[in-house]
Amino acid sequence: MSILFFLAAGMILGYLLRSKSAVLAVAEKGMMWSVYLLVFFLGTSVGANQAVVRALGSLGIQALILCLGGIAGSVLGSCVISRTFLFESTRHDK
Amino acid sequence: MTNSLIILGCLLAGILGGALSLLPQAFLDLDLTGYALCVLLFLVGIGIGCNGRVWQVLRNQNVRILLVPLSAVLGTLLGVAVVSVCVPGLGLRESLAVGSGLGYYSLASVLIAEIGGKTLGVVALLSNIMREFATLLAAPLLARHFGKLAPIASGGATSMDTTLPIITQCVGMEYAMISVVNGVVLTLLAPVLIVAILR
Repeated sequence: MSILFFLAAGMILGYLLRSKSAVLAVAEKGMMWSVYLLVFFLGTSVGANQAVVRALGSLGIQALILCLGGIAGSVLGSCVISRTFLFESTRHDK
Repeated sequence: MTNSLIILGCLLAGILGGALSLLPQAFLDLDLTGYALCVLLFLVGIGIGCNGRVWQVLRNQNVRILLVPLSAVLGTLLGVAVVSVCVPGLGLRESLAVGSGLGYYSLASVLIAEIGGKTLGVVALLSNIMREFATLLAAPLLARHFGKLAPIASGGATSMDTTLPIITQCVGMEYAMISVVNGVVLTLLAPVLIVAILR
């Protein structure tokens, strides 16, 4: 949970500095590069492990199944609320 | 789209570098990922805090609109839980964690890699990038057959930025606000859900 402390601290700081547009630009650049770096390192530790490299195909299939399950579930959820909670204009009535 | 391809490129470059041992072992042993992740979360927080739209969404919205992200989260978790039965090698908890990425692949993958293991991190990256691609491709189809909220739900956290153009193209500009609200709420929920599920 402690990792979320950083998220919360950033949000508070960001809120306080929200009038300074340069802050957002710097934060976005930083986010972009730290993600690239972290994903690259995720790759190196995966690449160094022969067993995981051999399993990449099946990891891809696991990912695909979970992706389709998640989309199907969320679309089902959207159908339920557009029917029951009067998002009338959202019905595909044409 | 470009960004997700760059991130896939980073993953591939890393895998190649790791497999061919191109990087000095001492460098890898440093393992700065824990610190880098804290920095990333801090920056993500600043991004959210600075973003006027986020506070606007949380302050003065018609509560009914929040049903859209709520149903997207519950639906995703339900769908993932159902299909996890046919995912060999992954338990319910791991599957739910991957689903909780809600399409926010960059943060989800590195966060899950840190607390749930590298392999699960790779699954989370691939699965959540696929969610963005699938939404970009299937948005018109989803809108036609399952209603105008369907592509928004499918887009998940990306419905506020990368998939927003295709969504508004398919369901009309009047849904742009709902789409942004959905993306904002899911972006806020993804890291919290991941940590809650894996801890």
